[in-house]
Amino acid sequence: MNRINKLFETKQGNILSVYFTAGFPQLNDTANILKSLQESGADLVEVGIPFSDPLADGPVIQHSSEVALKNGMTMKLLFEQLKDFRKEINIPVLLMGYLNPVLQYGIEKFVQQCAASGIDGLILPDLPFKEYQEQYAPLFDQHNIRNIFLITPQTSEERVRLIDKAGNGFIYMVSSASTTGVKGQMNDQQTDYFMRIKNYKLNNPTLIGFGISNYDTFQTACQYSKGAIIGSAFINTIENSKDLKKDIHSFIQQLTTEK
Amino acid sequence: MSKYKVDENGYYGNYGGAYIPELLYPNVEELKEAYLRIMNSPDFIQEFRHLLSDYVGRPSPLYFAKRLSEHYKTKIYLKREDLNHTGAHKINNTIGQILLAKRLGKTRIIAETGAGQHGVATATVCALMGLECIVYMGEVDIQRQAPNVARMKLLGATVVPATCGSKTLKDATNEAIRDWINHPENTYYIIGSVVGPHPYPDMVARFQSIISEEMKQQLKEKENNEYPDYVIACVGGGSNAAGAFYHYLDHPEVKLIAAEAAGKGIHSGHSAATSALGKPGIIHGSKTLLMQTEDGQIVEPYSISAGLDYPGVGPVHAHLFETGRAEFISITDDEAVKSAFELCQLEGIIPALESAHALACLSKLNFKPDEVVVINLSGRGDKDLSTYMNFLK
Repeated sequence: MNRINKLFETKQGNILSVYFTAGFPQLNDTANILKSLQESGADLVEVGIPFSDPLADGPVIQHSSEVALKNGMTMKLLFEQLKDFRKEINIPVLLMGYLNPVLQYGIEKFVQQCAASGIDGLILPDLPFKEYQEQYAPLFDQHNIRNIFLITPQTSEERVRLIDKAGNGFIYMVSSASTTGVKGQMNDQQTDYFMRIKNYKLNNPTLIGFGISNYDTFQTACQYSKGAIIGSAFINTIENSKDLKKDIHSFIQQLTTEK
Repeated sequence: MSKYKVDENGYYGNYGGAYIPELLYPNVEELKEAYLRIMNSPDFIQEFRHLLSDYVGRPSPLYFAKRLSEHYKTKIYLKREDLNHTGAHKINNTIGQILLAKRLGKTRIIAETGAGQHGVATATVCALMGLECIVYMGEVDIQRQAPNVARMKLLGATVVPATCGSKTLKDATNEAIRDWINHPENTYYIIGSVVGPHPYPDMVARFQSIISEEMKQQLKEKENNEYPDYVIACVGGGSNAAGAFYHYLDHPEVKLIAAEAAGKGIHSGHSAATSALGKPGIIHGSKTLLMQTEDGQIVEPYSISAGLDYPGVGPVHAHLFETGRAEFISITDDEAVKSAFELCQLEGIIPALESAHALACLSKLNFKPDEVVVINLSGRGDKDLSTYMNFLK
């Protein structure tokens, strides 16, 4: 069974997914960060493939991508770093990235390589839903790789249901109309949207992402969905870390424990 | 059905489409559903045509350049888009899109700009319609196109510097797209070229097609033949070329020439010659030829001309290149500047640096004396004076 499906079967709520950019802050931190996240209690990890032009990302993830590329991160190197990670890591791991580097690598080869490395799913924000359905769904299914779709407050009910029907794994609920890395508390408009989606009683579990930065926003998200995804706040934490293991541990502690 | 126009799925052959994050799906879908209906409605056509004639000053003249013709021993006409209000072809598109934005009920306008011509054209129509205007411009371009920055500010626009990457047109476009993601409901994004997700490339080409529509009429009057032997235009994203080629695409007897910016030389590492250096990829929501590394990272381009300093081309041009319908010629910075000076001295016209790349094709092609060559003079060179002055020293 795919590890993503298994996670949602065994854990009913408060699922914490953490995003970080591969090659950041140091080129070869990938394995250490994965390991520390698992030890600290993260349920799921999204490893970002850095891209020169990350359109859906705010300044923090843009910066991490720029640093990672300067450090020399490439797709080939990422797969080398991920070669043996399954010896130690048993939580589900996804790759997240923009379509162009994947196309240049060759999408078939990429999906095969993901499966061979033990990757469970992909998030490719600029791969259109229709394009995926028409061209790539059989390839992903054949390799047991889940493609995770996004929905936003502007997504119509009809389209949410269409995505739910085609989806497998979970649905990535973007918390507001924004790029990544917005700070602050959740407003009524957002919680209304979360409630609306909750009431649709979708087949797939949802995780809320974009704008989750602390205990409060994480808890709010968990009230309406199975859990939440945190990215920019984590990137900020590790950027100047002298002790990744310790800092990652206390970050996850703060996020999941009331002050 | 033309094989050079967009198909029902938003593709030109292998290129085009709408590779956008779900966050932009409703906006792009709304536009896709509405643009043809609105553009073809009688009240839209009437308002658009009225503004083009009384506000922009169309039709722009088709000028027989006598001394330039003598120099190159052929018949050269200049399509004078430089005489439009705001000094370039860009206004044709912004007039069209602002009317569309109003009909969609949008109240906030964003745009990207390279040379500043599209930014000025957008700021102009926003002032005309009383709409808020935010223009994203690369920090490098803000430096090298200062007069246009001043014009935008005078027209009431907010100019926001793009400080990432090469700090030029590509990065300004990224920032504009991010703004749109953050303001999906009240904001309309006026893209300035035939780039971006479908339907933008088709929509912008349609608004710019007025250029070749007029060329046909004017050539009929002057040459008694609507079809010239050559149409030459510069290509950054490629909107002026798309407009100048539009009504000739299905007439193979008309040779279409696209001038690309080779910068300091195609293989110098400082170039924006996409057809020579690009491979299929995705930029700003469409599949097209793209300058990129083996790892799929977008390469930072270079050209002396801010308007051509872009690592991709519109998908229509990728298709015209692949099918051989258009010939692409790379022009270096020095060749462009030389041609600009030549036009100043032979015809008393100071061209934009972008248009100077089209002019430079004249010395790269062999014309017969009775052949008719139309060069789309897409913009005037006032904005480039400081660059030109450096070459006078």
